Amino acid sequence: MSSVVSILFCGTGGQGVLKAAEVTGLAAMFAGFHVKKSEVHGMAQRGGSVESHLRFGQKVFSPLVPKGGADILLPFHSGEAERLCSFLKPGGSDLLPFLGRAHEAGVQRMFFNTYMVGVLAGHLDIPKDSWMKALEHEFRVKKLEENINVFFAGLKEGGQ
Amino acid sequence: MPEALEQTAFLSGDEALARGAYESGVAFAASYPGTPATEILESLAQYPEINAQWSVNEKVAYEVAFGAAIAGVRSIFSSKHVGLNVAMDPLMTSAYVGVSAGFVIVTADEPGLHSSQNEQDNRLIARFAKMPLLEPADPCEAKRMMPYAFELSERHDIPVIVRLTTRVAHTKENVPLGLRVEMAPKGFTPDPAKYVMVPRNAYFRHIDLEKRLLALKAEAESSPLNIIEINDPALGIITSGVAYLYAKEVFPNASFLKLGFSYPFPEKLIRAFAAKVKEVVVIEELEPFLEEELQRLGIKHRARHPSWRVGELRPEDIRAVVDGSARVDIEPAASRKPVMCPGCPHRGVYSVLKKLKLTVTGDIGCYTLGALAPLSAMQTCLCMGAGVTMFEGFRKVLGKNVVGVIGDGTFMHSGIAGLVNAAYNATRGVLVILDNATTAMTGTQPHPATGTTAKGVPTKALVIEDICKACGADHVDIVSAYDAAAIEKVLRKRLDEDALSVIIARTPCKLIHRAKSLPVEFNAAKCVKCYMCLNIGCPALSRGQDGLIKVDQDICVGCYVCVSSCKFDALKKGGEVPA
Repeated sequence: MSSVVSILFCGTGGQGVLKAAEVTGLAAMFAGFHVKKSEVHGMAQRGGSVESHLRFGQKVFSPLVPKGGADILLPFHSGEAERLCSFLKPGGSDLLPFLGRAHEAGVQRMFFNTYMVGVLAGHLDIPKDSWMKALEHEFRVKKLEENINVFFAGLKEGGQ
Repeated sequence: MPEALEQTAFLSGDEALARGAYESGVAFAASYPGTPATEILESLAQYPEINAQWSVNEKVAYEVAFGAAIAGVRSIFSSKHVGLNVAMDPLMTSAYVGVSAGFVIVTADEPGLHSSQNEQDNRLIARFAKMPLLEPADPCEAKRMMPYAFELSERHDIPVIVRLTTRVAHTKENVPLGLRVEMAPKGFTPDPAKYVMVPRNAYFRHIDLEKRLLALKAEAESSPLNIIEINDPALGIITSGVAYLYAKEVFPNASFLKLGFSYPFPEKLIRAFAAKVKEVVVIEELEPFLEEELQRLGIKHRARHPSWRVGELRPEDIRAVVDGSARVDIEPAASRKPVMCPGCPHRGVYSVLKKLKLTVTGDIGCYTLGALAPLSAMQTCLCMGAGVTMFEGFRKVLGKNVVGVIGDGTFMHSGIAGLVNAAYNATRGVLVILDNATTAMTGTQPHPATGTTAKGVPTKALVIEDICKACGADHVDIVSAYDAAAIEKVLRKRLDEDALSVIIARTPCKLIHRAKSLPVEFNAAKCVKCYMCLNIGCPALSRGQDGLIKVDQDICVGCYVCVSSCKFDALKKGGEVPA
């Protein structure tokens, strides 16, 4: 990977795309990276396309991942993955297949995003304690333990 | 208030700008919700030191906040780009008046119109209104520019425009936090020659404004917000805002003049930069704002193709802009369109309007989605309030089969004046207010009929039906937005009368009232596969592979609007014994 890591999260409203990107952005920030995350609000709750561009490294300029510049594509919807696959770098990772594994593993729909963040964590050089801090920041105490468990299930699956 | 994370927080441009305003000692803030500016006021409202409000519309917000600045405390007005149009009347003359304590205007523009009706470039308003313009490129800079903006405003006795775009407003990054500087209120000293804009006074204030602009221009020449980076002199890029970051990403070794204080235009600085590089290229989104200044100064540069005046700039576009070639993908990417939520109260009303084949003048809000297939039940959408006023024009030209539609928040914003006008000018016909008890599209902000302020404090809840009666409506009916039969009955009755009627379809938005009833039940034996139920555009209903209707039990909230769309009783309320 180049010195700046670019990830494109995509899906449709209500799938937790923005939450997944927020957790990842915070984890990267806690790990000491400069982070930029860009997204468009407004349509998220109404079933429209949702994408979040996340980039981190020593110093990030563009908040948008350029076409053909994503190291990782993290889709929550196969149609959206297809629409945005041109963003993936040659040799980049498309994590769509892991979505199928979340289904197979019987992960509840509401935890898919945390599972996929776990998968993503397996592909990134961010220490575990930064992920924990980010999860604690983003989830209420009541739901935290379950999210941490699902995160580790994803991490186990995505671990390289 | 975003929680401080060891003195650094992960903030959006909106939140960072609000933080910068807070640290600058801002005491007063007013706004009206609009993407991508909404979170500015939402953030400001969380600081106890700031008196922050959702105003009834942008003109009102501007005047209230400007009043607070003249009364002696630092104040801020924010809105989306088109919101500034609503505030143009006070804005134009406020440049003449100037300020007492600092006054900052934030405009959040939307290149690419992700959630807007146009993509106007509000940098042109700075030139038109003769006000200084600051353009941050990212959240850190948005925060850093705020103390400068307030000082500039006070030093030069003028409101200052800070312009964000979607990719600044809705980008998050690590932002270092600082402490608030408290500013002592200045109080008000009467000065009619400055504060009373009658012709003679205004004439002299105009002369003064021209002098202030010259002083601002001199300051822009040496402002720390305008930065020259000399690297490879072969290519010199003049740019501002987020376009700088895209250009820097693609041409890291080029030389740059990054304009953070871009109006009045720093002429000498530009000439000095142009002299140091072989070729000058301007990279900007939307209008040729900087480019025209270069043309005016006679500075040689490679021209941008006019096709780039349309749409949002992206990093992968930069090379084509520099080459002088045209934009290729002029059509926006085919993304999934948003739909009304399951249980959305607007669906029932639109299904009736469609059934009665009425011509519908619409307005701005979630209910604008009623214009999309399969409902396709709304024929116009122009600006806030036009659902009422264009209705009047339509009704007087086309006759009876016309209905105006407006939401509760939009009615408060600018529908009331239209209704008064309709009554005064003897308009007949029916206006429907889709009252879902919130400003839904921008994220369920309160408004004057909800009983809560931006600070979350209980307040007077204005009564929409009383307002309608006071505005001259002959009849005001209130119906449940889920009761399609009742809506149809009252609509037919009122359409036939020689009167001005308002029908309020009142059911709260599902984003605030999350209570669910049992999911609708489908009886396959009765389904004749006419698919009329799919015409209401509910995401919980779809056509299965077997051709039968599939109900998504997880997302159906039991509004049962689909039940009345089925003539064959194939859809039943959940828990009801089948007939």
